[in-house]
Parts: sequence; C-alpha cells; structure tokens
Amino acid sequence: MLDVFIFATLNGLVTGLLLFMLASGLTLIFSMMGVLNFAHASFYMLGAYFAYSISLYFGFWTGLIFAPLIVGVLGAFVERYGLRRVHQAGHVAELVFTFGLAFLIEEAVQFFWGPGTKNYQQPELLDFPLFTLFGQEFPAYRGFMIGISITIFIGLYYLLTRSRIGIIIQAAITHPKTVANLGHNVPLIFMGVFGVGTALAGVAGVIAGPVLTTFPGMAVVLGSIVFVIVVIGGLGSLAGAFIASLLIGLLQSYAIASDVGVPDLLNLLGLEFARDHPLTDLWTMTLPQIAPILPFLLLVLVLIFRPTGLLGKREQ
Amino acid sequence: MAFLKKSTIWIAYLLALLVLPQFFNSILAISIYNQMAIAIVFALSYNMLLGQGGMLSFGHAVYFGLGGFLAVHTLIMIEFETVYFSIIFIPLVGGVIGLLAAIFIGSFSTHKAGTVFAMISLGIGELIAASSLIFVSFFGGEAGVSGDRTFGPPLFGVEFLQDVEIYYLAAGWVFIATVFMYLFTQTPAGRMANAVRDNPERAEFIGYSARRVRFISFCAAGFFAGIAGGLFALNYEFITEENLNAATSGRVLLMAYIGGLGYFIGPIVGAVILTLMNSLLSNYSELWMLYLGILFLLTVMFLPRGFAGFIMMHQVAWIRGKLHTLFIPYLLTGIPALILILSCVALLEMSHIEEEVLHYLGLELNPATLLTWVITIVIASASLFAIRLTLPRLRAAWEAANAIPDSEDG
Repeated sequence: MLDVFIFATLNGLVTGLLLFMLASGLTLIFSMMGVLNFAHASFYMLGAYFAYSISLYFGFWTGLIFAPLIVGVLGAFVERYGLRRVHQAGHVAELVFTFGLAFLIEEAVQFFWGPGTKNYQQPELLDFPLFTLFGQEFPAYRGFMIGISITIFIGLYYLLTRSRIGIIIQAAITHPKTVANLGHNVPLIFMGVFGVGTALAGVAGVIAGPVLTTFPGMAVVLGSIVFVIVVIGGLGSLAGAFIASLLIGLLQSYAIASDVGVPDLLNLLGLEFARDHPLTDLWTMTLPQIAPILPFLLLVLVLIFRPTGLLGKREQ
Repeated sequence: MAFLKKSTIWIAYLLALLVLPQFFNSILAISIYNQMAIAIVFALSYNMLLGQGGMLSFGHAVYFGLGGFLAVHTLIMIEFETVYFSIIFIPLVGGVIGLLAAIFIGSFSTHKAGTVFAMISLGIGELIAASSLIFVSFFGGEAGVSGDRTFGPPLFGVEFLQDVEIYYLAAGWVFIATVFMYLFTQTPAGRMANAVRDNPERAEFIGYSARRVRFISFCAAGFFAGIAGGLFALNYEFITEENLNAATSGRVLLMAYIGGLGYFIGPIVGAVILTLMNSLLSNYSELWMLYLGILFLLTVMFLPRGFAGFIMMHQVAWIRGKLHTLFIPYLLTGIPALILILSCVALLEMSHIEEEVLHYLGLELNPATLLTWVITIVIASASLFAIRLTLPRLRAAWEAANAIPDSEDG
C-alpha cells in the first residue's frame, strides 16, 4: 500500500511539474495580453517533434537546447504577425485565432512528420533506475524531469522578481501605458514574453516526448488539461497555477493507482444492484476509469462555486 | 411592401431547397445535401450563441450529440414498438433533449460571457465526451449506437427507405428551423441578446438581467442544435461519441466563423462551404484539413466578418451604383491570386505525394525533377509580384467606389 502511494506521489509530481511548465507560460501570456492561448499545447507538441528530428542527427542533448529555441522564435513570430493583427478585433477573435492556430499546427505536424507515432527515445545516459524501493524501480529519466523543471522554475522566479527585465515585465503587466511612457518598447516585451512562454512549452515537449509518446494528438491530450489548470488556479496567478498543476497531477496519479470504485462502496454499504439494469455502468464505475474526467469535473465545480479560481483576483 | 420583399426571399429559399435534388441527383449529391441540411441547422444554432449572443462556446456539440443519441434511442424504441409515431418528429425529440440539456447546463454557465463562459463550455464538453466512453450502455462506447428509421408508420406511403426521401424531410425541417431562428432574432429576446453582447452593463441599467437574456439564447441554441442532432440520427441511423466531442464543436465554430458571424445568412454560407470542402475536396486530397486550417486562419486575420461580411462590404458601392467600377480591378488582382493559390497547393501536394506523378488540373507534374519545382515556384513568385503590382489600383478603385460624396454630415 505504501509503495503504491509513494510511486503515485512521485509520478503525480512528474506530471504536475510538467503541467506547470506549460501552465506558467500560459499564465504569463494571459496576464500580459488577456488572451488564453489555445495553441499553447501545440507549441509543446512542436517542441517534442523538433527535438525528435534533431535527436536523429545530433542526439538528445542538442535537441534539448535547440528545439525550445526554434519553438520560441516561432511563438514570437506568431505573436508579431498573427495575434497583434487580430488583437484589434477583440478577445473573442484572439481566442478564435489561437484555436485555429492549434488546428493548423496539428495538421501541419501531420503534413511534415506523418500521422504515426514517432520513436522518440530518452537518452541512453539516463536509461538506468535512479533507486529501487519495495522492489520497484524509479527511472532516472523521471528524476531528470523533476530536476530540470525545478531548475527552470527557480531560474524563472529569480528572473521575474530580481532582474531588471523581470521588473519591467511585471510593470508592463499591470501598467503597460506607464511603462511605455517611460520609454520601454512594450510590444517588444509582449513579443518576448510570448516567445519565452512558448519556448517553455517547447522544453516541456522535449522532455515529455519520450515518456508520453510523440504523436499528432499529444497537444489535444494535454492542452485541455493545461487550460483547466490555469482556470482552476485563477487566471493570471502563477502561484495558483503551481498549486493547481500539482493538485491535478497528483489527483490523476492517485486515481489511476487506486483500486476502488462504486462496487467497493456498495459492498461497504451492504447494497447490491442488478447487473442488467440500464444504469449498470454507474454501479460498476471505478476510480481509475473516471480519472480522465476528474480535471474537468473539478473545473466545472470551481467555475460554478468560485469563478475567480483558487488564487484569482476578485473581479472589479 | 417590406413584408412582400421579405417573404420573396423566404419563398426563394424554400424553392431552392425543394428544387435542389432535381439538378444533381446522384447518390453522392443527395448525401452531400443531407450533410448540408444538418450543418446549416447546427451552424445557425451556433450563431445564436456566438454571433448574436456573444458567447464563445467550445462545447456546442454536446447538445447536438445528446439530441442525436436520444433520437437514435427513440428509433430503437419505435423498432421495438415501445412508442409509435412517425419518424418525421424525431428531430423534435432531439430538439427537446437539446433544450433540456441547455436548461440544465445554462442554469450555471451563462452567468458570465467571454472567457469564463468559453472555459465552462470547454470543461462541460470534455466532461460529457469523456463520460460517454464510460457509460457504455447508453452511448455505446466507441462503436456508438445505431437504429433503423424504416420501422415507423409510413407517411402517405413514404417509408423513408431512400436518402432522397430523408432529404425532403430534412429540407422541411431546415426551412422551419431557419424561419424560427430568424424570427427569434426579431423578438425582444433576440434583440436584447445583441444588446447584452455589445454592452452587458448598459443592458443591466435599463432593467434587463444579462444572465437571463443569455440563458434564453443559450436554451434556444441548445434546442436547435438538438434538432440538427435528430436530423443527423435520421440520416445516418447511427451516432457515436465523436458527434459530441471537441472536434465536432470545433467544426461548427469553423463553419459559423468562415461564413460570417454578424449576419444571419453567414452560418448558412459557412455550412455549405465546409460541407462541400469536406465531401468533395477530401476525394482529391489528403491535405484538405490543412487547407481548411489555413483558410480558417486567413479568414480570422483578414476577413473577420467571414464570407458573408465580404459580400456585404460591397453594399455601399452597390447602393451608389459603382459596383461595376470594381469589376476590372478585382479581375486584375483576382487572377494572379488564384494562380498563386493553385501553385502553392501544387507545391504542398508535390511534397506530400507518394506516387510518381501528380495529376493536377489536367497536368502531370513530376515531383522527382527539379525543373517542376523551379517552374512552380517561379509561377508562384510571378503571381505574387503581379498581386503587389495591381493591389494599389484595386485599393484606389475601392476607395473611389466607397468615397462619401461631398457633404458635411458624411
């Protein structure tokens, strides 16, 4: 029991940190431009695919450095020539634009790399068990994923709060006009933040590709969950996104690892229902079965009872 | 007079719907018409949300799908004689289910418009799509559920064995649904939906609850989406989880947006364009989804009011009687633009094709030789150059045609 719990916690941590790598970029972009970037997970997918192609020739580590850079440049390009143009038409148009972009990137990935799954492998250097607990091995690559995410977050935190550029960014979020009057190029800052945000998504793709498989549907699988996180955490709140990421990661991990369901509950209550009842699926439901819908259930509940999210600011 | 003019449009619409199968009556054509009929009702219902009510929904397929599933289950019930009525009322069953689902979901999701509404609709869409794979006995899992439409009592001897009979049934429903959706825009509720979309605060100040106004639009949209779902069930006689997931929700957004949100006719245009692309283009190219994505992004960026908006842009020139002055500039820019599009498509197809030669517009292009590529790229660049050359003239003609005649109030 304890071993299941520990491994579920570790796996939940890996997923949660990975989700936060996407959610942090999305949150930063949202707090700057007020637009939820629907295509954010598509940049994550592009990261995985670029890294795969680079790793074929130059190995995993080169991909880890260059794939996010390419993704970041692409992201900045999208902001400069796409989003900025649509911006005048309002938030709905922006949301629709990023939605279309997500659609287009998925098709483009299928065009360039084909519809099949890519054999993107983790580096041999990390192909060993980090430690063995209760006879179960914990792969070193997952430890590496935890390490690299935490390193990036600490770096990002110091960049945002301690460096001059970070202070300008923070000011540009709340008072863009004042910052512009002080002589800073606010559109350039926006473009930069969009680029860095998408590059972060690219990093997440590079390191998640070997574990979560690299295929054209990977953006859709993760994309809606990242949205859920950003909304649950409170739109624009980095700390909220962090809590929500870990919450969702752990919740899903525990639900999958658990072995309970409605039948157990009914046994406990001493109830029994006929097997051929039309609602039989309800009696036989198990927790691992409903794990994929838990984030969405949580989203709907949060939006109904606390529309601002966990740490979101109160609306004017 | 105004009434007469309006009813002429509606009679023309009805006639067009009825006469359509007389021109192209192959099996393929009829099946495309049926898809169009479903898509028109669905896209129009989506426009009630986004175009008229300002609510961006990423989960509109939920009402379409739930209506469709209940419709198929009703067909099964008719087959086993649990209930007994003509299948022409099946779309109404779908509509009622869509309405009930919308009443339930709308009771908590219409509190806010904008991003919050979009996120709730996304969450609920994903929730129901994911649950549909869990509740296998109702949704049939990945295989879906299927019924048979021929068991109901025949209507005047028609047993709905053939697709063309379903077409006339669908055309009738499309006409009724279109009329009612148009009438809805003319009611106070429909007018207030526009007001709440544009400025919810002001609408509240004059005494309307923005939430209630949104709720009414939302329920109406759910009802008509359910009717579309019922039509889908009648046409295909089966329905799967795919019909209520995010992909279907996305497709209806594409239809409404490409057609033009601000206009009542927009979604009809979009539904026709997308159905044609879906069923004709997919025969010729594996890349049609890529083209659809490009078309959509270009529409969002350059034609934010869609195709209908593009046509309506010419209203001023039309009223001033200057539309003919635009004809030649359009032709001069349009022909190179068409060549540019065609050569770009050729480039994409050549890089994707696995066979030896590409049959394209009656030509046989060989992707293996460098010369083919060079020629295509040269043609593309030449047409791009021609567009840049002729664009100023088009712009000047456009401004001349729309210029305000000398007056102060302009």
